[in-house]
Amino acid sequence: MEHARVLRGVAGVAGFLAAAEIVGATGLIDDRFLPRMSTILRGAAELLVDQEFLADARASLAAWGLGLLLTVAVAVPAGLALGALPPVERAVRPLIEFLRPIPSVAIIPLAILLFSDNLHLRVAVVVYAASWPIVINTIYALRDVDPLAKETLRSFGFGPVSVLLRVALPSAAPFIATGIRVAAGTAVILVISAELLAGGAEGIGIYITEAASGNRMDLMLGAALWAGLFGVLSNTALVAVERRLFRWHDVRTGAAR
Amino acid sequence: MLEITDLVHSYGSHRVLDGVSIRAAEGELVCVVGPSGCGKSTLLRSVAGLIRPTGGRVLIGGQPVDRIPDNLAVVFQDYSRSLYPWMTAANNVALPLRRRGLDRRRRREAAMAALDQVGLADAAAKYPWEMSGGMQQRVSIARALAYRPSLLLMDEPFGSVDAQTREDLEDLVLRVCAHHGMTTLLITHDIDESVYVGDRVIVLTRSPARVAADLPVDLGESRDQIATRQLDAFVRLRAEVGRLVRGGSPTSTVLEKQ
Ligand SMILES: Nc1ncnc2c1ncn2[C@@H]1O[C@H](COP(=O)(O)OP(=O)(O)OP(=O)(O)O)[C@@H](O)[C@H]1O
Ligand SMILES: [Mg+2]
Repeated sequence: MEHARVLRGVAGVAGFLAAAEIVGATGLIDDRFLPRMSTILRGAAELLVDQEFLADARASLAAWGLGLLLTVAVAVPAGLALGALPPVERAVRPLIEFLRPIPSVAIIPLAILLFSDNLHLRVAVVVYAASWPIVINTIYALRDVDPLAKETLRSFGFGPVSVLLRVALPSAAPFIATGIRVAAGTAVILVISAELLAGGAEGIGIYITEAASGNRMDLMLGAALWAGLFGVLSNTALVAVERRLFRWHDVRTGAAR
Repeated sequence: MLEITDLVHSYGSHRVLDGVSIRAAEGELVCVVGPSGCGKSTLLRSVAGLIRPTGGRVLIGGQPVDRIPDNLAVVFQDYSRSLYPWMTAANNVALPLRRRGLDRRRRREAAMAALDQVGLADAAAKYPWEMSGGMQQRVSIARALAYRPSLLLMDEPFGSVDAQTREDLEDLVLRVCAHHGMTTLLITHDIDESVYVGDRVIVLTRSPARVAADLPVDLGESRDQIATRQLDAFVRLRAEVGRLVRGGSPTSTVLEKQ
């Protein structure tokens, strides 16, 4: 099952690359603007030994990791508080409804004004943008906790905080984890967008800007390719972690194992 | 110990309990039987402080139940929803024991002993979703018994197990409740069971529930699955409860209180 799926995925990607290469070879597209697929792939491979690129990648990775860590530390407690205290949630809801639809990238100019340090800037926009999926998932997951599961612990004399931490939190955990996974993807986008818009000394976004101004489309797209691949791999890793940790949830909801 | 007086409850305009009064002395095991949907679970939830009844009063040890009473354990009718799927059977049983101030090792020991009593010693490391319905039901019984509450509420606790296991569990509950002096309210729709297990049998009417009869069970302290069920007194009482559950009126041959 799992193997067949991976195989199909690989076949799809290979098919796309081959088609892109063929279109490029026909000369339909000016390869000064869009290099041939084989050129992009060669550029991407070159980047692996390019010290400058590697340093940039590490800097972006650090901003991503730090941002995501901080996001989880802020968003999970915030979601728990809002989910556990409906009056507070009702009070904050209009604000959430107003802020959430604003494209997160649009707040980057504001962040540029607020932060002089580039790492702080990137971490701040990540925390702002990536918190939403976690907060929202946590609120809804807490609302859906089986009341009987909570009543059981209450009937044994446990107080509201114990019930929250021992029943509501574990019940909601699979949904919170999904929120974190979505947040991880959002964070990749925001880190690179912030680097593109705010500039700075280090980061994949900086590398992309420089490659573009040096007319190295192959390196520019190669760097973008690595960023995309990182997004896919981190997502896959998080799915694997979820499957391991929340087997009880998959079994109950009848999801494929 | 437990005094339920004129309990009334309505869900919206739908009256479910219509003036139910039940008393249970310290250490007494009172069975409540009644037709399906008559309001037995509602009665139990009111006693557990999980719903606020529309009217009437529940006293436990003289204290009104305005929140969840101390020292209570409940075996819910929906046992599978009341077990935690992220915990093994042993941890499910051990969790409430935190309230008893036991350390980890003692909690584990108590949980293992309780699982052993319900015949699940081998399943301690299994998760609820790896178990059959009957096994899950036994885990939730083990959890309640291990807690050693002063008031034990059980809502059709033996519904999903086979006949043999059911008899064993009936005897287990009898033994544990007597040994620890737990006051117990056991809801069942099994007439034989109510007479076999109970010190008293309360028969409820169809919805909205009222107490149709409150029958003392004079079968002595020790009961035996074979011998007790053959006693004349058992057979007579069972017939009487059966008639009452079907809506008959009390006969004079059985002393009726209330
Ligand atoms: N939360 C609720 N909201 C509205 N109506 C309810 C609720 N819970 C129970 N009822 C209704 O109250 C009546 C009594 O329900 P209850 O669960 O107390 O019956 P029961 O005697 O335990 O039934 P059973 O033997 O099937 O378990 C039923 O008609 C049911 O539909
Ligand atoms: Mg019921």
